[in-house]
Amino acid sequence: MTSPTVTEEERQTAPASVRRTLRDRIQQFLAFASLIVIFGFFSMVSPNFFNYGNVTNILFSTVVIGLLALGTTFVIITGGIDLSIGTGMALCAVISGVLIVNTGLPLPIGVLGAILFGGLLGLVNGLNVAVLGLPPFIATLAMMLVAQGLALVVSNSTPIYFDQTPGYIDLSIGSLVPGANFPNAVLILAVVAVLAGVLLNKTVLGRYTYSIGSNEEATALSGIDVRRWKILIYTLAGLFTGLAGVMISARLGSAQPATGMGYELQAIAAVVIGGTSLSGGKGSIVGTVIGALIISVLNNGLQIMSIPQEWQNVILGCVILLAVYADMARKRAR
Amino acid sequence: MRIKRIGAVVATAAVALTVAACGGSSGGAGAQGGGAGAQPYIAIVSKGFQHQFWQAVKQGAEQEAAKQNVRITFEGPATEADIEGQVTMLTNALARQPNVLGFAALDSRAAAPLLQQAKSRNIPVVAFDSGVDSGIPVTTAATDNKAAAAEAAKHMAEALGGTGKVALVVHDQTSRSGIDRRDGFVEWMKANAPGIELLPPQYGGGDQAKSADITKSILAANPDVKGIYGSNEGSAIGVVRGVQESGRSGLTVIGFDSGQAQIDAIRGGTMLGAITQNPVGMGQQLVDASVKAMHGESLPKVIDTGFFWYDKSNIDSPEIKAVLYQ
Repeated sequence: MTSPTVTEEERQTAPASVRRTLRDRIQQFLAFASLIVIFGFFSMVSPNFFNYGNVTNILFSTVVIGLLALGTTFVIITGGIDLSIGTGMALCAVISGVLIVNTGLPLPIGVLGAILFGGLLGLVNGLNVAVLGLPPFIATLAMMLVAQGLALVVSNSTPIYFDQTPGYIDLSIGSLVPGANFPNAVLILAVVAVLAGVLLNKTVLGRYTYSIGSNEEATALSGIDVRRWKILIYTLAGLFTGLAGVMISARLGSAQPATGMGYELQAIAAVVIGGTSLSGGKGSIVGTVIGALIISVLNNGLQIMSIPQEWQNVILGCVILLAVYADMARKRAR
Repeated sequence: MRIKRIGAVVATAAVALTVAACGGSSGGAGAQGGGAGAQPYIAIVSKGFQHQFWQAVKQGAEQEAAKQNVRITFEGPATEADIEGQVTMLTNALARQPNVLGFAALDSRAAAPLLQQAKSRNIPVVAFDSGVDSGIPVTTAATDNKAAAAEAAKHMAEALGGTGKVALVVHDQTSRSGIDRRDGFVEWMKANAPGIELLPPQYGGGDQAKSADITKSILAANPDVKGIYGSNEGSAIGVVRGVQESGRSGLTVIGFDSGQAQIDAIRGGTMLGAITQNPVGMGQQLVDASVKAMHGESLPKVIDTGFFWYDKSNIDSPEIKAVLYQ
């Protein structure tokens, strides 16, 4: 990987990437417009929807899925998938509990340990995908089961409570802004989203992420060590999983070993609604954030309106179909 | 060309929103029927909603609500592992400004900050189904699961004449009901039936297929098993399936809760009998206690909603029929 090669590659794909950016903008605009429309709709029909408390609730409920979705955006842009993030998150939560509650390590070390453990899970996924050449779906499906089992084994199938470490719980529900009652978790999500955006848009890692997803072979032929970057990208996604594990256990005041299954699909849904293509090469962090917000605004709004629960998933499913349809329509219009 | 496609997408979006709006009006009719503030409102957050048991609780709650002229909403997470989902539902329920909150905690400590919030806003909390580890709920309407499981053990011991190997397929080892229904059964056996040998409990998550597989492996590993106990609807039906699939006969199977498959198994003889809780009664008591809490009446710490043993002999009696759900 030398810089002239990169410049060459960039020059060759420049027109395509300009077009890509334009299409992405349109998709993002559509997603953003839908978010505004849905938000406006709920504000009109329910008096309890648009107020400071409830909007804070919506942002707060976006945190865990949002973090998972941010990490998995990178993986999906490479044309891969990560199904292990839901139960991996539960395992990282348990690790955090083991380090902080059972072992009595200081908070920052425990939190860092849980996040790094997530990275380790991602590293294993990356090795399986990049070195052993397993399809990402299978490699991470296996990891999903391993993580679910390990979470139960390590925790002895019992939740680990953080009652004695209120500082940990404050990571999520505490408020740095005095008196504003604005949960720290939302601030953390915002900071991490900005970091993810910078990583994807301003760094070599981001450029290669798109490049691998658009054409893996060409990327390899242009002298880029695709394996190494893939391992790095899965590891990065794992770090997000670890942080999500910390945030969900802080929110619940407990590491719940049996939870997590299904979160991966919600995160993937958020990524897809945000316009990231499952076939790789396209996507954005802004889109993912909007996608995650659309899901939580819908969930919150439908609950606030007391819509029968049976209908809530029907509507959510329709929104996902619509998003994928928009993605396909965009591709056909090329 | 592109404009056309975008147009199509926008049109589809409009359709989806119409669907959402339809869903809204059909649900909103019940929810907003009383007009703002006219009718007292009880928000109920349960541990589930699609399971027959919760539907029966909901039905009881709705009956009582109609009788007492209050408005209720009833919701619960998709799975009993989705604790975060339940906490979010609780948050949203509080945002709807209820007069009383009915709550069946998946993990009461995880919900503690929200219960505190309810308390500080003077919204009484009535716990149901399982206890909430906190002083906040004014009362708890629940089945005494330990006593109920002991009753199941008693019938098992009687049916086996006090000797033989017995296996347990339990729905989980973390929830209160899972622990109580396991321990109630095990403790009764240890204290009263020395001739019964208990195999280590196995956990099937209340999933029928998984519980059936567990049952088959238990039978393969221990051909001399005489009786199997399933600790909830899914576990019990799974046990019946597993026994049928393995082609064994002459086993004594005892279940928990009801549901069509379990009722059929009892009528057909594959299952000796089962313990039923009183879900409809639980829903009624929940709403009744909520209304009392709203008026500031004092309530007992625990309201026992009761359980019954049923088998072929009494399954059609009116007393049992009233509490079974299909």
